[in-house]
Amino acid sequence: MAIYTKEEAKMILEKALSFSKADACEINLSGSNSGNIRYARNTVSTAGYRSTQSLVVQSSFGKKVGTATIDEFDDASLEKVVRRAEELAQLSPENPEFMPPLGPQEYDEAITYKEATANVSPEYRAEVANSSIVPAAAKDVTAAGFLDDSAQFSAMINSNGLFAYNKSTDVDFTVTMRTNDGTGSGWVTRDYNDISKFDADEASKTAIDKAVLSKEARAIEPGKYTVILEPAASVGLLRNMFRSFDARSADEGRSFMSAADGGNKLGQKIVDERVNIWSDPLHPDAPTSTWNGAGQPLKKTSWIENGVVKNLAYSRYWAEQKGVNPVPFPSNGIMAGGDESLEDMIKGTKKGILVTRFWYIRSVDPQTLLYTGLTRDGTFYIENGQIKFPVKNFRFNESPIIMLNNLESLGQQVRVNGNLIPYMKIRDFTFTSLSDAV
Amino acid sequence: MKRRDFVQYAGMGAGAMMMPSLLLGNDIPAEALLEPGMDTVLKKKMADVALNTAKSMGATYADARIGRYLNQYVFTREDKVQNVVNTESFGIGIRVIANGTWGFSSTNDVTEDGIKKATQHAVAIAKANSKIQKEPVVLAPVESYGEVSWKTPIKKDFKEVPISEKVDLLLSANGAAMENGANFVNSALFMVNEQKYFASTDGSYIDQDVHRIWPTFNVTAIDRQAGKFKSRQAFSAPMGMGYEYMDGLESEKLSGPEGIKLYNRSYDIVEDATMAAKQAKQKLTAKSVEAGKYDLVLEPNHLGLTIHESVGHPLELDRVLGYEANYAGTSFATMDKWESKNFNYGSDIVNIVADKTQVGSLGAVGYDDEGVKTKKWDLIRNGTLVNYQAIRDQVHMIDQNESHGCCYAQSWEDVQFQRMPNVSLEPGKEKYSLQDMIKDVDKGIYILGRGSYSIDQQRYNFQFGGTLFYEIKDGEIVGMLDDVAYQSNTQEFWNSCAKICDKDDYRLFGSFFDGKGQPSQVSAVSHGSSTSRFNGINVINTGRTI
Repeated sequence: MAIYTKEEAKMILEKALSFSKADACEINLSGSNSGNIRYARNTVSTAGYRSTQSLVVQSSFGKKVGTATIDEFDDASLEKVVRRAEELAQLSPENPEFMPPLGPQEYDEAITYKEATANVSPEYRAEVANSSIVPAAAKDVTAAGFLDDSAQFSAMINSNGLFAYNKSTDVDFTVTMRTNDGTGSGWVTRDYNDISKFDADEASKTAIDKAVLSKEARAIEPGKYTVILEPAASVGLLRNMFRSFDARSADEGRSFMSAADGGNKLGQKIVDERVNIWSDPLHPDAPTSTWNGAGQPLKKTSWIENGVVKNLAYSRYWAEQKGVNPVPFPSNGIMAGGDESLEDMIKGTKKGILVTRFWYIRSVDPQTLLYTGLTRDGTFYIENGQIKFPVKNFRFNESPIIMLNNLESLGQQVRVNGNLIPYMKIRDFTFTSLSDAV
Repeated sequence: MKRRDFVQYAGMGAGAMMMPSLLLGNDIPAEALLEPGMDTVLKKKMADVALNTAKSMGATYADARIGRYLNQYVFTREDKVQNVVNTESFGIGIRVIANGTWGFSSTNDVTEDGIKKATQHAVAIAKANSKIQKEPVVLAPVESYGEVSWKTPIKKDFKEVPISEKVDLLLSANGAAMENGANFVNSALFMVNEQKYFASTDGSYIDQDVHRIWPTFNVTAIDRQAGKFKSRQAFSAPMGMGYEYMDGLESEKLSGPEGIKLYNRSYDIVEDATMAAKQAKQKLTAKSVEAGKYDLVLEPNHLGLTIHESVGHPLELDRVLGYEANYAGTSFATMDKWESKNFNYGSDIVNIVADKTQVGSLGAVGYDDEGVKTKKWDLIRNGTLVNYQAIRDQVHMIDQNESHGCCYAQSWEDVQFQRMPNVSLEPGKEKYSLQDMIKDVDKGIYILGRGSYSIDQQRYNFQFGGTLFYEIKDGEIVGMLDDVAYQSNTQEFWNSCAKICDKDDYRLFGSFFDGKGQPSQVSAVSHGSSTSRFNGINVINTGRTI
């Protein structure tokens, strides 16, 4: 399937829009090609390829809205899908929260597409698997990994004159390395828009080293510890925190961001003043589309500045209710780092735990953003500035808000799941029990 | 539908109105759900195109799944309809073995040309990957069933029930919640029909019509003065039933303490929403639990999730063998424990069965997604681990020669693999009710409904919350508790199982969204149990001040 160019996409969208007889019409067109390989037990297990395309028409009469979808783009199909959306709209109950389509918008040029990623072949994927399996086997380690690459485009048009287009590529890689005696496990995650930045040998080696180093972990008492969180560990908790940045839930009184006086926490200091978090679709290391599915432009936006809540996300409906400008949800999360290296963080730790990642993170109390989960794939005890030995995994019960209030220091930023997150040293992180899991 | 999309759809998370309908199939009008789709004669012809193409290219095995997946979802909040969605997804998935290696490809172009191309792609992938294959696929034999069919035994097809009736029911439930003190309520109704046609080079042509339904809501009560909010989710279960589940039959209701109503094979959403609003308000002032050891009395709609996480997952053979090591994880229930024939998984009253045939359950089908007739088998008998869950390419690794029939793919476009069947705790044999159980507890907590759940990657250490918690003192419920979660180790927990109520208390818990695999796929699964008591479990207090 082709990844349509801006012109090709526009032609299809304009044709579809020409069939509209509704008060308003908004059409989204998207397509993707994606391939993957999965391996385990030092051999390939499954592999697949998928190609999809879809056109979604949303027609409205007043506040009555209907949506219809199709995956064929000849004129007859386009007319059929528009008619169907209109029929559905006429039959629908009114949606009092419906907002009419936006007018024309200005978008920045995105930097999300890299041809090399779009050209990944099945042979390349098999080579990546092999670059995990061969060195693993040589070290008495078993590799299980997954590589997923994709190229996609999305475009949108509406009856108020808006047109938007973006194309992007992504590659995601994870590998778990387990020692064959079953006592050690290591893991890495890597993701890029540009596959030429991906070094499968380096990633696999890092995971193998961690597996070997984490063998025969010792049990130490759970409790409050200073922790050094690798970016892949803290990203899960930070992402969960981001979900509470919705102004409506906050204003309705059912979010961590609700203020006791009936408003929200906009403008309040909620974490350490060294915490700065923003989103930026044009960041060269973690770019995203410069518009969202509703056609709103995405710009660099500050969410926490010097520990203070700088913005909450306002949908167009809620912004209108509150008489403020809409603020779209962020498309990525970027947290400012510091200049301390991981080595220095370890050197400066009298007694602490180095955490590779957290696993199975679940909300315990949305009121306080309390989460539980476990460490996994490489947890190490630090004493007097040195890594002493691997330790058994812990269960934690902790809130990212408490965590970011207990910030000791910040290190280098790393891209994780499309975000940029720094290494962090945190004091008094709460581990509540031990796990025998490796 | 993926779990995250559900969260968005249900308005229970951010961006409720951002509809990622691309992930659900094509939107269609409700009446189009009633259209019959491709007939079985044509399906057989199309499937044969795939099988013959695969064989001609040197494949030693092939199967084809032609799927038409119909979904209808209704979303409301308070007095508003947020959305009504009808979707259809149609296509074919082709799986082959060539050079001893699996290959898979799928297409929505269900024509001879489209199927041939997809099959060629599947064979090419198999051949490319065979170069680094170290464990050639070994398939357990399966009977050739010829042309057969199976249908979920439903009384009311959701597709024939007008949308207005469904909308009215949800809005009535919302209204009842608001009248009884709720500040907010989101409700939703999910209805699924999988029309699946399976054919393989082993000579089976299987036509199945599978139905599932899930009504749910989330009621929130707020105390702005205290800056607190509490929620209570529905006590419904997703079921492998038709729309008759919504009938609210009195005969399918059970009465618990404190005026609690519980539902078996029929659900009264208006009554439940009424109770939910009162209980959510009550939670705002409930006593914070004192951490310590308690005897836990776990209600089936809660215990089901504990069974799912601590028994269902660790006994999946692919996890045990390491195929899921990079994602869901492996398992503490290693082969040596099973081979010893004396691994003490639980106390001797613990009997846990896997079952793909249980009527009304989410996992019930006639044949699995690789054409194996479904069955029921023991996993844990008298507390001892006796078997795993395995499919055709796995059973030889546990010295068995018959697949357990629990292979599943979430749609035609995803490859099928081993998925959890219904895994259920058998009821106690002697007459014993919930009331009897509460009377026998000196210091305990009665826990209802699902809450927070987290377990490690080998399924040793877990922490579970719940929806409602009641303190039991000297054989009586003395009030509601809050901030409760329990932490335990799987083997210790099941060995602390001291008592199980009888079959009259047996009910199904279910989930539409059991996730596994890369790319991740969801699967719907039920877990049956009767209220059970676990002695001396560690309870923590989850209250925090920020």
